[in-house]
Amino acid sequence: MNTINPAVTSEADQYQAEPVAPVREQPEETIIEEGKTVGRPFADNAKFKLRDVNVSYGDTRAIKNISLDVAKNEVIAFIGPSGCGKSTFLRCLNRMNDSIEICKVTGSLQLDDQDIYDRRRDVVELRARVGMVFQKPNPFPKSIYDNVAYGPRIHGLANRKSDLDEIVENSLRKAGLWGEVKDRLDATATGMSGGQQQRLCIARAIAVSPEVILMDEPCSALDPIATARVEELMAEMSESYTIVIVTHSMQQAARVSNRTAYFHLGHLVEVNETNKVFTSPEHELTESYITGRFG
Amino acid sequence: MQPANLLLLTIVLSMVAYGLGYARSRSLAMPMGGIRYLKSLPFYYGARAALWCGIPALIVLGLWAAFQGKVIQTLVISSLPQEMLPASEGRASLLLSKISNVANGSLPPGFAEAPILEAAERLKALREQSRLFMSVLVVSVSVLAGFLGWIRVRPAANARTQVEAILKWLFFACAALAILTTVGIIFSVALETFRFFQLIPFTEFFFGSQWSPQTALRADQVAAQGAFGMIPLFTGTLLISAIAMLVAVPVGLLSAIYLSEYANKKVRSVVKPLLEMLAGIPTVVYGFFAALTVAPFISDFAASMGIDASSQSALAAGGVMGIMIIPFVSSLSDDVINAVPQTMRDGSLALGATQSETMKKVIFPAALPGIMGGVLLAVSRAIGETMIVVMAAGLAANLTANPLETVTTVTVQIVTLLTGDQEFDSAKTLAAFALGAMLFLATLLLNVVALKIVRKYREQYD
Repeated sequence: MNTINPAVTSEADQYQAEPVAPVREQPEETIIEEGKTVGRPFADNAKFKLRDVNVSYGDTRAIKNISLDVAKNEVIAFIGPSGCGKSTFLRCLNRMNDSIEICKVTGSLQLDDQDIYDRRRDVVELRARVGMVFQKPNPFPKSIYDNVAYGPRIHGLANRKSDLDEIVENSLRKAGLWGEVKDRLDATATGMSGGQQQRLCIARAIAVSPEVILMDEPCSALDPIATARVEELMAEMSESYTIVIVTHSMQQAARVSNRTAYFHLGHLVEVNETNKVFTSPEHELTESYITGRFG
Repeated sequence: MQPANLLLLTIVLSMVAYGLGYARSRSLAMPMGGIRYLKSLPFYYGARAALWCGIPALIVLGLWAAFQGKVIQTLVISSLPQEMLPASEGRASLLLSKISNVANGSLPPGFAEAPILEAAERLKALREQSRLFMSVLVVSVSVLAGFLGWIRVRPAANARTQVEAILKWLFFACAALAILTTVGIIFSVALETFRFFQLIPFTEFFFGSQWSPQTALRADQVAAQGAFGMIPLFTGTLLISAIAMLVAVPVGLLSAIYLSEYANKKVRSVVKPLLEMLAGIPTVVYGFFAALTVAPFISDFAASMGIDASSQSALAAGGVMGIMIIPFVSSLSDDVINAVPQTMRDGSLALGATQSETMKKVIFPAALPGIMGGVLLAVSRAIGETMIVVMAAGLAANLTANPLETVTTVTVQIVTLLTGDQEFDSAKTLAAFALGAMLFLATLLLNVVALKIVRKYREQYD
């Protein structure tokens, strides 16, 4: 029953110190059939095409045979109880799991019909196209300007100082931060409030003009007002980017996403339109989770 | 009884007191319905009895042992006949050592005058008495206080807080001991330094460019007038330290970067201990490696290139010292680099930066203050290092910046000034203390600066 082995949690805990909620009622595993996902996991205009994805840490399987499409310019939310593998799965999409030695990914993962895990794949290019925002705001201990300019500089996106200034201003504007920081671009970023830091991290990700933005519980370290601000931002961003968001807050998933995917113990149980998931879930596990019977 | 035996006896008595106190508290508690009705656990009653038994006795023992010698000496001297009374302090100590030699039997009685023999007898008797008194006093204090501690084992007594308070003072005493030792060292060095500056003017020591500490021992002796300019020594020290840091900082830092960022767990678990093994090699081994292997190699190599090199060069000593310091730099830097949060790396990598870009632009700047602190600590280590330079650097105090020439360092000169028979009031010997004081100040300053930097760095991620 309990397949969440210590190896998985310890590796994953570095990145997702999720508040572990008590499991009130352990659902039977027999309800889940491996590789079977109810609802609509596939889409016609797929940005990501993910088939039979398995992820294991050493001997422990963290992701079990998941197949899913992420459509262009949609906002898809990954929800599920702690340790269900949603963050692990998210980190496969820009190969952030590479730095974990014992992590092994199999299956077919394609971004615009090109294999992500191809041996010849340039990870730098992949990550420039698939940006990421982390759970805890992680601005570099540099100035606000340098934080945003970091990506454009390493990718050579600006030939002149004025180009770079423009990129920085645009990114900060899109992140809704320009008005607050335009007079103190040289101040260190670590001195900002948590919500500002997180929006700076979003600006930093946008500055490289990615196609997809992955968000790993972007609001879990923020207060409600900052959360509302970031959610607003996500709604604006969804026009130009594909967004994949992992969240613990079902309200947040309901507010920001078009589709919602429910993960359970490494399985992808159900994927459907968000309002369908929250009003009439097809799978009984999904229903138990959203009605708060466990998780 | 000897003080050492007495010490052992006191410890045994304390243990007995512990056992008795423990047993008594239990036997008092049982009729009440168990130890839960005691104010403190039996351990605390026992510990309190043991501390009561041991500490006052040990204080008495310590005080007695510290002062008995002086008291006995005064008694013996004052009992001498009027005409034997020593005129000066020096004479008194000579006389006393003669008396005690007779008393110990190392000087046959036939070689001493009658009053001395008498005094020796008195010394013996006094020592005997003192020892007896001490034994009786210490044992009785111990037993008495221990008994008091035992009597006061009552269910209502709060032994726990008392034991905790005593322990707190015990720990404080240990911490104070280390500090007092440092203060003592500073004082003794400062005192001799002060005496040195009464003989040699400040200006000569600080600004003189000549170092040749040989002075005439007697007025009629033909010898060079000593010169005590510390500049050649400090430039020698700086030259060798600079060479050492030129070796240690790049190699240490880059290996730290490799270990913390690039090496996988397996490689790391092998390479890191191997690298740190360098720190475990005794410096004397480095010393003869430098003197017998590296220095001849350098001079031969320089000769083959047509350059004149001394057989004991600053380069050899500095290079080997640098190798010795590598693990120092690498393990400190490794710690600092590892302390940079993983989220920084993730943030940079997720933006499409390569590993080396991440290292160069995010990790290294973030870790820089800590690395600087580590490097400064390594510098103070290099400045104070003695054995390698004694063996490989030479004694000639040349004022030069040429790494192929022989130079000498502050530490080498201290060693040569203080080894062998020395008279204690000559400028030559006292110069060692002055040099030591300067060295101490220099490394202290470096350490303070390094600690400041490291502390500032720590606050950054809070």
